Amino acid sequence: MANFNLNINGEVKQVDVDPSTPILWVLRDHLQLVGTKYGCGIAQCGACTVHLDGTATRSCMLTVSMVGNSEITTIEGLSEEGDHPVQKAWLEVDVPQCGYCQAGQIMTAAALLDKNPNPTDEEIEMAMNGNICRCGTYTRIKKAVKLAANS
Amino acid sequence: MTLVKTKIGRRAFIRNTGLASGGLVIGFNWLASCKMTPEQVSSLPKEWFELNGFLKVGDNGMVTIMSPNPEIGQNIKTAMPMIVAEELDVAWKDVIVEQAPLNTDIFTRQIAGGSQSIRQGWESLRMAGATAKQMLKEAAAQSWGVSADEITTKEGILSHEGTGNAAGYGEMASAAASIEVPEEVQLKETSDFSIIGTDTKNVDGKKIVTGQPLYGLDVYKEGMLTAMIVHPPAFGMTYKGMNADAVKSMPGIKDVFHFEVYPEGIEKQWSDQGGIPELVAIVGDSTWECMQAKKALEVEWEQSSKAESTSYHDEELLALLEKPTETPARKDGDVDAAFKNAAKIVESTYSAPYLAHNTMEPMNFFAHVTPEKAELLGPIQTPEFAEKTVAARLGMPVEKIDIMMTRMGGGFGRRLYGPFVIEAAVISQKMNAPIKLVYSREDDMTQGTYRPSYKVKYKAGLDADGNLIAWHVRGAGTNDSLVFEDRFPAGAVDNYLAEKHTLATNVTTGAWRAPRSNFIAGAEQAFMDEVAEASGKDPIEFRLELFDRAMNNPVGDPKKNDYDPERYAGVLKLVKEKSDWANSNGKARGVSAYYCHNSYVAQVLDLEDGGGDMPRVDKVHCAVDCGIVINPLGAKNQIEGGIIDGVGHSTFSAMSFKDGKPEQSNFDRYRLIRHSEAPKNIEVHFVDNGIDPTGLGEPSLPPIIAALSNALYKATGRRYYNQPFINERPPLVG
Repeated sequence: MANFNLNINGEVKQVDVDPSTPILWVLRDHLQLVGTKYGCGIAQCGACTVHLDGTATRSCMLTVSMVGNSEITTIEGLSEEGDHPVQKAWLEVDVPQCGYCQAGQIMTAAALLDKNPNPTDEEIEMAMNGNICRCGTYTRIKKAVKLAANS
Repeated sequence: MTLVKTKIGRRAFIRNTGLASGGLVIGFNWLASCKMTPEQVSSLPKEWFELNGFLKVGDNGMVTIMSPNPEIGQNIKTAMPMIVAEELDVAWKDVIVEQAPLNTDIFTRQIAGGSQSIRQGWESLRMAGATAKQMLKEAAAQSWGVSADEITTKEGILSHEGTGNAAGYGEMASAAASIEVPEEVQLKETSDFSIIGTDTKNVDGKKIVTGQPLYGLDVYKEGMLTAMIVHPPAFGMTYKGMNADAVKSMPGIKDVFHFEVYPEGIEKQWSDQGGIPELVAIVGDSTWECMQAKKALEVEWEQSSKAESTSYHDEELLALLEKPTETPARKDGDVDAAFKNAAKIVESTYSAPYLAHNTMEPMNFFAHVTPEKAELLGPIQTPEFAEKTVAARLGMPVEKIDIMMTRMGGGFGRRLYGPFVIEAAVISQKMNAPIKLVYSREDDMTQGTYRPSYKVKYKAGLDADGNLIAWHVRGAGTNDSLVFEDRFPAGAVDNYLAEKHTLATNVTTGAWRAPRSNFIAGAEQAFMDEVAEASGKDPIEFRLELFDRAMNNPVGDPKKNDYDPERYAGVLKLVKEKSDWANSNGKARGVSAYYCHNSYVAQVLDLEDGGGDMPRVDKVHCAVDCGIVINPLGAKNQIEGGIIDGVGHSTFSAMSFKDGKPEQSNFDRYRLIRHSEAPKNIEVHFVDNGIDPTGLGEPSLPPIIAALSNALYKATGRRYYNQPFINERPPLVG
């Protein structure tokens, strides 16, 4: 066990955990930030996506000892009132079915638009390909990303 | 307007006087732990008045409506309360929706399965709203000294034209709560609907996009421990021993023990199917610590029944396809004689592998068992059945078991089977502590309860004019018999024979989104395409001729036929028109139609140009007859999802076994469809017929598989018979 000071959603949080603990479980089990989801544990499904210094990153394979002073943003910290353009677009298009993967989808989409404000359909698909939606909301997700890009 | 007796589900309309002391209220309130939006908080009433088990009206006119059934992504948490709100005549913006806990005294069929929630809930949901509205009217009538019949309602306002009196529901809620529940109520004419039929957004949408705790895995209680399980690595194995002591001393680990989930003689429910009788539990402070202990734990298992491989299943199923059954499931006319006289015969065999459900949220459940009671909270599609087995297993009366449902990160049939609820309860009882049981993805994918593996063989005979004169289907599945003998084209062919075989295996199977239909529809409609081609007729016209036959001159007893040929033909005609069938613009396109779960679906699928053996789906035109559409926005989402799910699994997914061991355990080797592989556009068209509504969670999935394979034939000149289609390679030439 070791102490780590983590910069999460603009606040410094101290945790005492095993250095091999992935950020996913630090968030979920130790900080009760459960918006970041467990789906596969091997960076294949994208449900656990957070931003690490603005880049979409799979938190299930990002160990707490690797983070250092980098800034972590989770779905809870994406916006104050849940009004990030991507979140608003998701509501407008009524994307979710079960909803479980959507936090990860939103985090990937927000990071994409931050770097590429007007992505083509192909660029959206390539950026989002690491995020599985088992309910099959892919066409709505693409529509919402485009709506957010245009807002 | 007709008066309707409130007999059906009448228990539900009696106020639940036990509300404050038990029943609905559980020791902890999961729903309250989900943060409300600021608008909701500021508009909350000072006092609520319960008019029946489905709803309560606040003194300010806000209405809370309970959504009785489990929410797995089928969006009934929005659609079911919409039906109540419609008959109550309240503005949707004034409605707060809550997930009802399991309460069989009030609600009937609290199950998510078979696309039945809307169909079977339709009457009781309408009556819940209508009886409450009537009680509000009676209260206003007494207050104003007028007849209740003269009072009208609109968007939560009661008015009496003669006297000019008007009041909001909130003002009359207190008085209405003491009015006798009416014996009869008036239901609205469908033409008067103002909420049903409007695009209504998911009631949990804001909570989902902001990452609030909604799911079973998100449950956190003070003092809670995490539990994980270790199950046998292969089917047919039983427990022998383990190195528990070496693991118990690992950081954060509280206990490691072997336990019986289902001891000899325990009374099981159908929902316990697939449950592994004995497991090893690891209990610790955190998920990661349990995962580390799981890696270090060495459990010995021994093979106690056959170690089956996929090659074994395939060989046995193929052998069954060559074997006539002793008693056919259905026999009309004489197929053998008809085949002898046929001008043309078409024969084909289709297959599909086992599939895992792979809900994005792995199985999990929270349990806190004390000698006084058992509190259970989590994602389960069949809480009523889980409750019974938990009671039997813990040796507690059912009244002491409280189950609450969380929103679920997918179901697809997997959460119909709740051994994990029993496991959580047993572990909590043993630990004498609140625990959250968490399956890893690997546990989830290798545990079983799969969609069975299937094979089916078709043979059809055509006369010299291209008319279908004989149809023979023989199907086989692992632990499942596959064929629906009374579905189309039964009743439309003079000589018809349906046979079904089952291969018993120890690889556990269960219902998977649109059970059986998820394979047989794709096979039947692909074969229909081959037969239509052999007849020289257009595939839509060929099908419509058969529906004409079933309508006008059905073979056998038409009541036996499990479909309405007129509605079936209706969706086919609608999709023909909407897709401009005659003009494919050079695209490879396929058509398919199927009826299951009480709804009718027809699809035309266009492939992109190029793309070799596996081109991408460009567009799907989909026509649906599910009667009245409650929420078109959500309904279309279900249709789109079913189409993408069907395209995805038939193209990419498979679960295989080697010596009883699943060969896929995570998404690195189990391929699911991804963004760049999904159909680019999906257009959904509903038949507007005012018929009572039927379900949508499943019906769009089964037919799309044939629409895809029929289009692939047009694109490549080869028929795709075996799923997953990605493995269908062109034959070697030369």
